[in-house]
Amino acid sequence: MLDVAALRREFPTLQRRIGDHRLVYLDAAASAQTPLVVLDAMDRYYRTARSNVHRGVYPLAEEATAGFEAGRAALARLLGADPRGVVLTRNATEACNLVAYGYVRHHLRAGDAILSTVMEHHANMVPFWHAAQANDLELRHVPVTADGRLDLDAARDLVADGRVRFAAVTHVSNVLGTINPVAELADLVRAANPDAVVHVDGAQAAPHLPVDVAALGVDSYAVTGHKLCGPTGIGALAARPELLERMEPFMTGGEMIRDVTLDGATWNEIPHRFEAGTPMIAEAVGLGAAVGFLEDIGMDAVRAHEVELGGTFLAALRDAPGVEVHGPTDMSDRGAAISFTVEGVHPHDIGAVLGDRGVCVRVGHHCCKPLMRELGATATVRASLHVHNGVDDLEPLLDGIAAARAMFARPAVPA
Amino acid sequence: MSELEALYQELILDHYRSPRNRAPGLSGEDAHVHHSNPLCGDEMDLRVRIRDGRLDGVAFDGDGCSISQASASAMTEAVVGRPVEDVLGLDAAFRRMLLGEDPERSEDLSDALAFRGVARFPVRVKCALLGWDALRDAIETFQRGAGTNDVTHDGGDDDDR
Repeated sequence: MLDVAALRREFPTLQRRIGDHRLVYLDAAASAQTPLVVLDAMDRYYRTARSNVHRGVYPLAEEATAGFEAGRAALARLLGADPRGVVLTRNATEACNLVAYGYVRHHLRAGDAILSTVMEHHANMVPFWHAAQANDLELRHVPVTADGRLDLDAARDLVADGRVRFAAVTHVSNVLGTINPVAELADLVRAANPDAVVHVDGAQAAPHLPVDVAALGVDSYAVTGHKLCGPTGIGALAARPELLERMEPFMTGGEMIRDVTLDGATWNEIPHRFEAGTPMIAEAVGLGAAVGFLEDIGMDAVRAHEVELGGTFLAALRDAPGVEVHGPTDMSDRGAAISFTVEGVHPHDIGAVLGDRGVCVRVGHHCCKPLMRELGATATVRASLHVHNGVDDLEPLLDGIAAARAMFARPAVPA
Repeated sequence: MSELEALYQELILDHYRSPRNRAPGLSGEDAHVHHSNPLCGDEMDLRVRIRDGRLDGVAFDGDGCSISQASASAMTEAVVGRPVEDVLGLDAAFRRMLLGEDPERSEDLSDALAFRGVARFPVRVKCALLGWDALRDAIETFQRGAGTNDVTHDGGDDDDR
């Protein structure tokens, strides 16, 4: 286990109290807390090197450019990606849209099919549905088994005709916590069509697991900075440079051009071709620091911590009266985002009672409406863990659930 | 009293645990509306019977958080038997109260007055209004001579990427 007490001191927000209660933050899957090193790095940029990137030739601008590019390089290192393939975006949603607009809409034609899954976040579903509408593409969805895993046999059948030319799959489900076998899925997609492009939503994976996109063998991988202990407003698409070379720009303007005449323009080299306008400079600097923070802990250690603590939370929630946990029950192929429902109490009421006790959880459909329909739930409660969580965060959660059950219990209906 | 206790006071919990006028049907119904809020997953079926310009009967059924269900329950008690125009006036008074204004027609609002505290929880205001939205819509549906209506409230999305 990590030294949770020491790590908590790195997060200013965790020093806050809610009424008489210690803040128990169980919502890293929605947005992680920000450590001091990130705040300091961004502050330093604004106080000492504030200027634009890639153009100025004075020392401030050189420092700003170096800090911005260091953020890109750090993220590439974390993901095992080629920095030439790392496009900085606003968030993972924009990274998914970049692939949808830059690749799918330009290369797929009527008669082609897209493979996705039932457990996708709307961010990794709607951009491709939209592209499918525009280009008259067929959409096929890998179903989810009763234990919350992708049905790979069904996936094999779905690609058998070789018409799937693009696949979009999440690495880790933000609702079920399932870690999907994306390498295996990429292999079976390419076995049916060697030219198929495989895109992965890694927003819930990169902050919690060691990720090596080269080893996974995928073509593009979307992440978001604010779940990686970085600032909001920055994410990335880590793609194979060859894929980026085949993509059309999604937004055009300054920074992304090589030359402009009154009749047209030529594009800058990758990845800058996909970064129109002044980028998120402070955010890239902060993201670089956030990656350093996670690397200092070590992603293997982060994963080991979450496996151990997640196992404890999972077992306790499964034993808690009236609680039903959704998703895999074995930590070997799941992350530490745990969705559950409580008999007789609406998730919003659970969330309100927990919130009043300083316990922050997510309630709702988690942007996964097709999956929620599959689960037969309209909403769930989700508790998710990260490096600052410890076993002492469990009791406030369980106490709050018990209090909510007592508060909202309806009298037994006479038979 | 903590803010949360103000939100979930005993009167509200009582309406949640033992809802009034909650039924899957209403004899002699004149209009039936179905309202849903995709953000919360709330579902509300509301039926009205209107006789001689009065709201003669109302029944709701549904699934949702305690605030939405209790508010619909308290609403039914406050409105049944009133002339339709008076119901719409009371609806307007309830809405102004949830915007944080001092309540008008406190006595007429009856138990619905207990939802005053919801004004301090902006994300829950739409929960407290679900039943009232459905009632207003049911009356309007009846007034334009239709029997049923389906409304989906704009819930938005709720997990950032």
